[in-house]
Amino acid sequence: MNLQEPAPAGQAAPQGWRHVVRLDQVDMTFGKVQALSQVDFRVGRNEIVGLLGDNGAGKSTLIKIVSGVLRPTAGSIWVRDRPVDLDHYSARMAHELRIETVHQGQTLGEKQPLWRNLFVGRQIVGRLGFIDVDEEKRIADRLLRQAIGFRGEGITADSTARDLSGGERQGIAIARAMYFEADLIVLDEPTTALAVNEVRKVLAFIEGVKAGGHACIYIEHNLANVHEVADRLLILDRGRVVGEFARGEISLADLTARMIALHEGHAHGRR
Amino acid sequence: MAGAEPTWRRLLRLEGLPILAVLAALVATFMAAAPEVFLGYRIYMSFLTTVPPLLVLAVALTLVIAAGEIDLSFPSVIALSGWVLAYCTHVLGSPWLGLFLALGAGALVGFVNGLLIARVGIPSIIATLATQFLWGGLTTVFSQGLSYSMGEVEGYAVWHLMVGRLGPVPVQALWALGVAAVLWLVLNRRRFGEHLLFIGDNARVAEVVGVNVAREKTRAFVLMGLMAAFASVLLTLENRSFFNTQGGGYLLEVMAAVFIGGTSVFGGQASVIGTVAGSFIIGMVEAGLVATGLQGFWVRAVVGVVFLAAVIGHLLIEEPERRAALARALRGRLEGARRRLSRGFPIPPGGGVHASNGKGGKR
Repeated sequence: MNLQEPAPAGQAAPQGWRHVVRLDQVDMTFGKVQALSQVDFRVGRNEIVGLLGDNGAGKSTLIKIVSGVLRPTAGSIWVRDRPVDLDHYSARMAHELRIETVHQGQTLGEKQPLWRNLFVGRQIVGRLGFIDVDEEKRIADRLLRQAIGFRGEGITADSTARDLSGGERQGIAIARAMYFEADLIVLDEPTTALAVNEVRKVLAFIEGVKAGGHACIYIEHNLANVHEVADRLLILDRGRVVGEFARGEISLADLTARMIALHEGHAHGRR
Repeated sequence: MAGAEPTWRRLLRLEGLPILAVLAALVATFMAAAPEVFLGYRIYMSFLTTVPPLLVLAVALTLVIAAGEIDLSFPSVIALSGWVLAYCTHVLGSPWLGLFLALGAGALVGFVNGLLIARVGIPSIIATLATQFLWGGLTTVFSQGLSYSMGEVEGYAVWHLMVGRLGPVPVQALWALGVAAVLWLVLNRRRFGEHLLFIGDNARVAEVVGVNVAREKTRAFVLMGLMAAFASVLLTLENRSFFNTQGGGYLLEVMAAVFIGGTSVFGGQASVIGTVAGSFIIGMVEAGLVATGLQGFWVRAVVGVVFLAAVIGHLLIEEPERRAALARALRGRLEGARRRLSRGFPIPPGGGVHASNGKGGKR
């Protein structure tokens, strides 16, 4: 797959940084609930980090902090090795820092053609402010064929999002992030509610993210999926990082056993 | 996934084509039924004087509905702006001032609607129903319930500019078609229009992709108010009169024109060309029926039939799944009925569960 597309708006990535995102000693409390405590988290350049944990472990909170939706109670955030001013960090600023989040479920306008879905929010406009439809369609068609690999499936730039399967929708959302040269793409449970062959498509897209030189935070419930594609796995439990494994350091069976143990620990703890 | 689309289906998806065909069929029918009227140009010039206010309103409302909202308050703008124009013209003798204040009043009404809907969060159907009462009521207060007859208005340049004649062509038709062309561009070629479509499609998605939902909604209502005022100017000048209930009859006709044109009531999908055709259909049926010798009593019934046919047509064209489901259900029913007949069962009350093949027919 050829995922390297010329960046339209994004400047050349500043060289010389190691981590696209780094969180140091981040705390997050909601009232009395400690959602995250002293979390150290980093994502290297072109690294796929799998984020695991039970419901309520703090995965969502963590990525909301990364994508600027939530402001941490304590700690610091670094983007490309430079500290971020937390008072001004926002979803919009994360966007500008080329951090893209593909949210679970709703990412596309169902009735809109794919070319609009790919470019909405960052339309290609001429000098008078009119959308250059031909150009958007041309690029959309190329993205569909080359990056996403929708060849000969009857899907064109004019197809609407509702013509697509669940996996293909995720593909469009991921392709959008890649086209706009995101350094970091956050995927929030992209395979939820997908059939097996659709999951395969999404995993192929994630491998494409890596091949295209982007980094990725991948939140997933299905251990086999994340074990397969992640360079590094991070296990969260009750707001703390309780395990970290590089690719190949832990087998799927051991990982599964560990997650079950964590889960049962909760069950016992509650009694 | 489905294979490449057949050509006929792609043709059907060309914007507004089905409804333009309906309009053409309607004109052809009228031509056949009343050739002496519909083969001349006069009747069409007459349409071009009566349809423009409706057309301007309907095209603007198309954008509001594209965003998944509705505006019920535009009839009150027709009254309010009409009064402002009439007062300035008739009492103050200053039609230009009247024109600008009328447009300003419409934009202001729209802005208030926008604030109530996008910032306060009142559903548009409720907010604009309330403001319809408010501004309509205030217009009655301002005008003291009086009507103005303004024959003198023909002497003003504004009159010639807005509703004069260019050869045989009424100028308001050019204004209306101009508004339609501009708003087509706004909806289909501007960021604002695209944002409205995404907001109507799914406001959450719109937010995620960076659309400022509240601001764009507000702008849509301001545009609607402004266009309602413009329609009011055309109407008031053409009629050379103002009365404080003017606009009341437009509410349902304008909505009908929009929906006949294929714009989705659910938002996210809208056709300006369809609305233009829908406006002419609505505007022509009355004169057409009268000219063909049918009684005027029939007008509303015929509009109802055309309306239903258009809406069902759009549904079938634009939602293949629904078309397939309908076909399946029909087939299931037919099958069930045939089996019952061939077995000689009496059809049991409540729908023939025995013969049901489980695929359809159960309702």
